[in-house]
Amino acid sequence: MTTLTVHEITKAFFGIAAVKAVSLSVEAGQILGLIGQNGAGKSTLMNLIGGVVQPDSGTMQFNGAPYTPRIPSDAVHAGIAFIHQELNLFTNLTIAENIFIAGFPRTRFGSIDRAAMRQRAKDLLASVGLEMSSDTPVERIAPGERQLVEIAKALYQDASLIIFDEPTTSLTARETERLFAIMRQLREQGKALIYISHILGDVLKYADSIAIMRDGALVAHEPASAFDVNRMIALMVGRSIEQLYPPRTAPPTSEPVLQVENVTAAGVVENITFDLLRGEVLGVFGLMGSGRTELVRILFGLEPFERGKITLNGRDVGLPTPRESIRAGMAFVTENRREEGLLMSIDIANNIGMVALPQYADRLLQIIRQRDLSDGAGRMAGALQLKSGDIRQQNVKALSGGNQQKVVIAKWLLNAPTVFILDEPTRGIDVGAKYEIYTIIDRLAAEGGGVLIISSELEELMGMCDRILVMSRGEIVGQFARADFNDAAILRAAFREAESNGAMS
Amino acid sequence: MTDEQLTATSLRDGARGRPPPSSSWLMRLARGFLLSDYFVLYLTLIFFVVAALIFPTLPLPLNIANQLQNMYPLLAVAIGQTFVLILGGIDLSVGAIMGITSVAGAVVMAQTLDASTFDKSPLWGNLLTPAGGVLAGQPSAVLVGVIVMLTLGTLIGFLNGFAITRFNLAPFMVTLVTATFFAAFALWLTQSRNISGLPPAFLDLGKGDIVSIYLGVKATPEIARRDILPFITYPFVIAVGLAVVAQFILSRTVFGRRMFFVGTNRQASVISGVPTRRTIIAVYMFSGFCAAVASILYSARIGFGQPSLGGGNLLLDVIGAAVIGGTSLFGGKGSVRGTFFGVAFFVLLLNILNAMRLSPFIIDAVKGMFILVAALLDITRTRLLDRERRA
Repeated sequence: MTTLTVHEITKAFFGIAAVKAVSLSVEAGQILGLIGQNGAGKSTLMNLIGGVVQPDSGTMQFNGAPYTPRIPSDAVHAGIAFIHQELNLFTNLTIAENIFIAGFPRTRFGSIDRAAMRQRAKDLLASVGLEMSSDTPVERIAPGERQLVEIAKALYQDASLIIFDEPTTSLTARETERLFAIMRQLREQGKALIYISHILGDVLKYADSIAIMRDGALVAHEPASAFDVNRMIALMVGRSIEQLYPPRTAPPTSEPVLQVENVTAAGVVENITFDLLRGEVLGVFGLMGSGRTELVRILFGLEPFERGKITLNGRDVGLPTPRESIRAGMAFVTENRREEGLLMSIDIANNIGMVALPQYADRLLQIIRQRDLSDGAGRMAGALQLKSGDIRQQNVKALSGGNQQKVVIAKWLLNAPTVFILDEPTRGIDVGAKYEIYTIIDRLAAEGGGVLIISSELEELMGMCDRILVMSRGEIVGQFARADFNDAAILRAAFREAESNGAMS
Repeated sequence: MTDEQLTATSLRDGARGRPPPSSSWLMRLARGFLLSDYFVLYLTLIFFVVAALIFPTLPLPLNIANQLQNMYPLLAVAIGQTFVLILGGIDLSVGAIMGITSVAGAVVMAQTLDASTFDKSPLWGNLLTPAGGVLAGQPSAVLVGVIVMLTLGTLIGFLNGFAITRFNLAPFMVTLVTATFFAAFALWLTQSRNISGLPPAFLDLGKGDIVSIYLGVKATPEIARRDILPFITYPFVIAVGLAVVAQFILSRTVFGRRMFFVGTNRQASVISGVPTRRTIIAVYMFSGFCAAVASILYSARIGFGQPSLGGGNLLLDVIGAAVIGGTSLFGGKGSVRGTFFGVAFFVLLLNILNAMRLSPFIIDAVKGMFILVAALLDITRTRLLDRERRA
């Protein structure tokens, strides 16, 4: 049975078609994998299905009836649920309150029926494998668990189509496994699922059929068995990428640019010691909660530490503030570009100018040399091959994820840093843009900077780094030079401690 | 920010060039009108023309001159508030700052004082005497008085900013506390009396005219003073000068740019090395300074130091004018130009309501309604713009 049919649907913004005459159907009891580069039209297609925007032409049918959502709640009432990349839960409310947000069970007198709510919530949580009191506030549970709450909410709303948009980006390996198990279970129950992801291996493994979009059009929709990863990439980019990672152009020097000695913050990181060399790309691998993000936030001066010493370009920085770190030549691309990296509602040029702004103003009156600044921002946008409209006019909000990340990088580059810290630099970015980010990283190192990358994708670190440090429970538990890279050994190092302590986050 | 306004305009032009096939020219006109940066100005002008047809006194030169004079103090204090709102904060203390600085200025400058009025004031016998204020009759009195007023206002602004950044308190709370405290303090100091006897040189700051116009019969041998309409006055020079400087700071300086950064995303600003605390403190100081400027203009106009100067509904007028001018209470959005239009609209609205001879209670209710409508319109505008921009 066909759950959703999209017929010749088209949507344009500013005369540019974001979705071009796409026809697609989703069958009950199947998982449809939807892939494409950022900007390929996936999000717009989902917004059309979700009633966020309305099509210029074309029709949709849902469960056999014509379907014309005007607002998002039309989609919810019809039985379509979205599990988003950024979760849409109220963190200050309990799990149960979140699940029933659209309609609480009532008593005869019209007040909320707490008992019924608890019982129903318990059943729903059991069906997604979350063993936890439904009275727990959402702020106290892990991202992976929050996602399960979202799914429980979708089940309560009796959705017959559930759309997963990049559901695994913030999950640990175990949480990801559990999510896939639940997705399979939902499929058995006859739900139709759309699974959007940049992790092609997962799509290949779990989807029944795969649809590929490029430049707003549907370029392929075939059973999963008809694809392999290379063919998927070829269809996404319109050409075949021989390599996922660019070759490294220059070897690291032996001169340290950042020296970290015995840095300790109780309960967060313990005795961290390492050198970052000029021209080196150094990876930090660890599971979530291993202290990798906390470590770089300490190095940058966002969090304090109690003992140890940080030396940047030969100078002891003491207990730095972010401003001092920046002045000493550090750059920090955080893992949440929306919350910590960008001013979403402000134009690209101003975002790029954010860090280096004082350099584009006269010293006395702090008057900005507007032309210089937009020239500088334009130069960076050009160097990073930013795909955008006029950078002085377009807001960052309107860019794809990969291009947003380039804006964050450009903002730091304009300040000419010597140490570049990137936390999850390619999260939620499509294959083509990832390759471009890798090229930029290589260039930073080749020009004599030291680059520190944190990533949950081991393959990415192995593809780009000269050296990988492995962290677990706040300590560095292993170090691998490029010649000794071995994914099994690195993973073993990352997991060993965690397992022996019986806690794996 | 100028850049942002450029954005809006050019994107709209793009949209206008390619109208949806269903929309008529009337729809397009309405759309262009609603989305224009000058929307509030157009609205004010239309409003004025319509009201002028109903109330014939409205377009008289005398009335226009009066209404313009009403604008300037409100404009001065609204500019400071605009900065604070762009930063994502709010300054409830501007009224109290006006009251306390008005008193402080008078304590410095007053020339003669009546013992029976002030003998209960804690200042009587030390700072205030029958011979007047601290510098009564001295040639430097006005200059020092003005400096004291500006410094005090800026200092209270610093207190606000410091408490907000140092203790991470909500701006609403901090400024509510300073507002309550300084309003009460001003009343206590003067025992709720106005301090009169301000020197003429100071009074000039409130009404002194530089260029005036006479509209009347040429043959009249002698022109009565009341027929001469002040056109360019000291308050005009001071308030408009402040607005020009403020607009320049906002759109051209590092500090101005950082206000938008902090108001849009404070965490991202911290990580990008923006001195957020310093920026916040400076903005509250500026707001205090602007309130003191307004206090000078008002005090000089009414001719005495008044402890309750910024009381009543002034705060509503100030925030209302900024919001009508398109400044967002959520931060990151606003302009001095918008606030200027907002103030003009507000003064006109008040003028019309007064011309209708409505009771003050109804006037306030109507003012409140207009602020609400302005906020709703702004949301609609933002949504329309966003929809056009979404790619």
